[in-house]
Amino acid sequence: MSANLWTRCNNCQRILYKEDILENLSVCPACGFHFRLSASERLAMLFDDGQFDIVDHNIQSLDPLHFVDSQPYSGRLEAYKRKTDLPEAAVTAIGAMGGIRTVICALDFAFMGGSVGSVVGEKIVRATERALAGKTPLIVVSVSGGMRMQEGLLSLMQMARTSGSLAKLDQARLPFISILADPTSGGTTASWAMLGDINVSEPNAFVGFAGPVVIEQTIKVKLPKGFQRSEFVLKHGFLDDVVPRKALRPFVIKALRLLLNRLQ
Amino acid sequence: MTKTDDFYQLEKPILQLKEQIDEILLAGEPGAAAKVDGLRLEIEKEWAKIAPHLSPTQIVQIARHPKRPYSLEYIAALMTDFMELHGDRRFADDPALVAGFAFFKGRTVAVVGQQKGRTTRERLDRNFGQMNPEGYRKALRIFKLAEKFGHPIVSLIDTQGAYPGLESEERGQAEAIALNLKTMFTLRVPIVCLVIGEGGSGGALGIGIGDQVMMLEHSFYSVISPEGCAAILWKDKSDPAIVRQAAENLHLRAQDHLALGLIDTIIPEPPGGAHVDPEATFKIVDKHLDEALKKLEGKPVEEMLEERYAKFRKMGVFVEK
Repeated sequence: MSANLWTRCNNCQRILYKEDILENLSVCPACGFHFRLSASERLAMLFDDGQFDIVDHNIQSLDPLHFVDSQPYSGRLEAYKRKTDLPEAAVTAIGAMGGIRTVICALDFAFMGGSVGSVVGEKIVRATERALAGKTPLIVVSVSGGMRMQEGLLSLMQMARTSGSLAKLDQARLPFISILADPTSGGTTASWAMLGDINVSEPNAFVGFAGPVVIEQTIKVKLPKGFQRSEFVLKHGFLDDVVPRKALRPFVIKALRLLLNRLQ
Repeated sequence: MTKTDDFYQLEKPILQLKEQIDEILLAGEPGAAAKVDGLRLEIEKEWAKIAPHLSPTQIVQIARHPKRPYSLEYIAALMTDFMELHGDRRFADDPALVAGFAFFKGRTVAVVGQQKGRTTRERLDRNFGQMNPEGYRKALRIFKLAEKFGHPIVSLIDTQGAYPGLESEERGQAEAIALNLKTMFTLRVPIVCLVIGEGGSGGALGIGIGDQVMMLEHSFYSVISPEGCAAILWKDKSDPAIVRQAAENLHLRAQDHLALGLIDTIIPEPPGGAHVDPEATFKIVDKHLDEALKKLEGKPVEEMLEERYAKFRKMGVFVEK
């Protein structure tokens, strides 16, 4: 079908040849707009030769609160599993970056907005434990609307335990690089995502704590253009850098080499 | 909310009885004690009719009760020589969080508490207990001081959430909370957290990592307010029936959290709730707090830190296939 060969850029509205975008790491060749990546695309983009081994994969959410809004949480989970072909909103893998063995946990926005419940929390904690056990760096790629309401306070506590596990990484002097992709929001930002030894984001990515609508309703002021975008967060001192996707892998490898004192 | 759902309507007979008690105590006439005892019994009877049927929404109402004791009242009632310390040494002082040192039963404690404010003026000054980044950073400064001098930490939680503002984002609300979460796992002194009213999401958790996390019986602790949840998931925050549904689904009560191992202890409240008899509330909290600290003070530091982390490490419900 020829229709599947073409797509429209969300930003510049140009009709683009899909193959061109994919070759360009899902960045619009015309305007530089960064399309959202799936967890597996992200892992393939970061690891050497796109090679990695997925671990901790089959951990699945239950519905401990029997949460029902417009539909039961359990039903929602099943629908997202089918839609994304993923067991949950994060994928952990081990591979090499610039030859340095590294653990990466990448969130996937397509699975319930990358929202964080018990499973995503567990995966990040386990990824940290794997980094500790293997004395390797840890990278988390966040793409997340925040904590998952359907798991109530259990979700909130994922902020606590992921942050606690990172304290252990500090004690072991192992690097943690936090990649804050579009969007990184709510409790995700207010836990591991802001705790990187190095925090890095992509151009024009949403990075914030409170949602812009909530803020506008609270302060009754229209928010300035560029508010809570990565460049804004960089300017205010909470990111180390904003780098285009093409430069992200080299940036991370260079950071690891510098932190770990590996000249080559 | 219909009249029969509204806790503030339901509690009216209790408040009337409470008023009578206050009048009798004020007058100080002979035979007052017996009369007061009789009225207290009446309150207990009234409460026995309401208490077993309290809905999550009503718990939220009690937790937000305008007369409910706030942090400063706990500090005044339980501790002596409180010295409030101000400022995060980086940007400003945040009046939504009081912090300092005091004596509690023969020992120095560092105490931090979210403070809502009682009068309209005070509420505005204290930003309704919604902290800004400088508040979390002030708390962290006090935590580090406590660690330096080897004093246990008492953290009183009562906030609808961290303040969602333009400047709070600019100054790194997320980073401030995140750093507290991580650092609280490493503090080499006992930490006891107590939710006295509202445990509002990340804003509460930002001072909420402890060896003992306790909740007052009618406080609540939630990932999001019932209104916020209703607005997002049901696209409706004005319909009380929807908000009630959200509150029920969120399982935000102390007993829900105890069952899942998310908190350690529930501290009972006197009949009618903490606001009906603050003195009795302070007495129960005093006892629980002292017991919790005593237990922790006897523990080797490394063991305490391991247990603190191990407890949170387990917080998750999932299946591995």
